[in-house]
Amino acid sequence: MEKLLEIKNLTKKFDEKEVHSGVNFTLFKGETIGLLGNSGTGKSVLLRSLIGLEEIDSGEIYYRHHRIDQLKEPELVQVRTKVSYSFQNGALFDSISVFENVAYPLFEHTKLSEKEIESKVMEILGLVNMVEAKDLMPSDLSGGMQKRVGLARSMALNPEVLLYDEPTAGLDPVNVELVLSIMNEFKKRGFSGIFVTHDIPAAKKICDRLLILKDGKIYFDGKVNDFENSSDPFIKSFSSSV
Amino acid sequence: MIARKIKKNLLLVGEISQLFKEFVHCLYTRPFYLGRLYEQIIHLGMGSISITLVIGLVTGMVMTLQFGYGLEKFGGTLYVPAIVSLSIVRELAPIFTSLLVAGRIGSGISAEIGAMNVTQQIDAIRALGTSPVRVLVVPRVLATIISLPLLGTLSAFMGIVGGLIIAYTEFSMPVGFYVNKILTNVQVMDIVGSMFKCAFFGLVISLLACYRGFQTTEGTKGVGDAAIWVVVRTSTIILISDFFLTKILLLLFG
Ligand SMILES: Nc1ncnc2c1ncn2[C@@H]1O[C@H](COP(=O)(O)OP(=O)(O)OP(=O)(O)O)[C@@H](O)[C@H]1O
Ligand SMILES: [Mg+2]
Repeated sequence: MEKLLEIKNLTKKFDEKEVHSGVNFTLFKGETIGLLGNSGTGKSVLLRSLIGLEEIDSGEIYYRHHRIDQLKEPELVQVRTKVSYSFQNGALFDSISVFENVAYPLFEHTKLSEKEIESKVMEILGLVNMVEAKDLMPSDLSGGMQKRVGLARSMALNPEVLLYDEPTAGLDPVNVELVLSIMNEFKKRGFSGIFVTHDIPAAKKICDRLLILKDGKIYFDGKVNDFENSSDPFIKSFSSSV
Repeated sequence: MIARKIKKNLLLVGEISQLFKEFVHCLYTRPFYLGRLYEQIIHLGMGSISITLVIGLVTGMVMTLQFGYGLEKFGGTLYVPAIVSLSIVRELAPIFTSLLVAGRIGSGISAEIGAMNVTQQIDAIRALGTSPVRVLVVPRVLATIISLPLLGTLSAFMGIVGGLIIAYTEFSMPVGFYVNKILTNVQVMDIVGSMFKCAFFGLVISLLACYRGFQTTEGTKGVGDAAIWVVVRTSTIILISDFFLTKILLLLFG
């Protein structure tokens, strides 16, 4: 199988606080992996490192043949249009409307006409059920709505890999199902993803493989089946936490 | 303790120079965001016009009053237009306007960028494959460098008008005489020098404001702290560097 992302011996400290102490894993083409772990174990920091938003202390991060951790900001542009990060809190630009937020990457990175951009934006907003809110400002949206717009924005460029940072947290059950079905659709089209979540049932449903981050390392890396049948008490505490 | 402080300040200078380098690099590489530049000129520059007008006018009036009565004792009223206009054009207009802009625009920029930083919008700009320097810094710094000299000139003009009003009403100076004195005393180089000063101060204000915005952490409190930092630092730098700029301009143009 083709490797898309490969992380080798990644370590990361904030001042004296060690967040990662040797993280290793690989994301293959076409698969979606779930990244689990207690709050504060460094899941968001890990995703941010994967697109060069966070400088790492040592180790190697590859996207295809690009060595992410050594690329400079201008060189990362190409990677970031292919590997897209959907922020935990949405991180919408609050000075422009919902529509303009989703249109932003299209204006920056495509040669589409304004008409084409408009129809593309409406299509993506339709996916996340936010068409009616297109002219609202982010501050007029609820947290869950902001998150869905953020997801839409990160999908605008048809990235090859999507890094979902708790995309379903704080959503109502209907919208959780909606987001999961979008992720599934995305997967069916052959794209890959890393799904950070505390929602174990959702992760089991969507993911081919599950990882658990614990004490700065990947504590478990295996198929959903192995995860469920594991006798390790720590893994059990996860798999039974429904 | 002192060594640590010096080291901290040297680091600061280094990081700001780095930001300046990136800013310059963006000036001659694509893409250019002319729409954003225009927006910022309207927002930062035009927004400061009314207050500039008032400050300029009042400065001219007060100066003329002071010098008028001060010099009247020695029979020197005739020199008032020259003294007032030169000090306004060369010093007071650029300094007052810049200090005002440091307070208004500098704090605004740092608070805005700071708030974007703590809400991860700066990260989002990067994550979407664009450069925060290009998107945020370039339009703001250019807009300030363009606007401030124009505001300073406007302020100087209003100061001269204010002086004229007081010279005419308080000291019964003929309008023609006053205007004539201005035209023979204020040289083109005085205005150019003054605009140059303003442009330099504009660069200092906006660059430091952007820099501090990017450094903002610690949520809402950090945003307020950033604004304070910018106003205090830039005001100090403006006043100190003005001395050296004035010295250089005097050496060059007399
Ligand atoms: N910029 C930063 N400076 C200092 N410490 C940080 C910074 N960003 C993250 N951390 C620390 O790194 C650790 C991991 O944070 P992270 O946000 O990755 O956790 P997480 O696994 O995503 O948690 P959650 O499930 O709650 O989102 C935390 O202890 C956090 O305090
Ligand atoms: Mg997180």
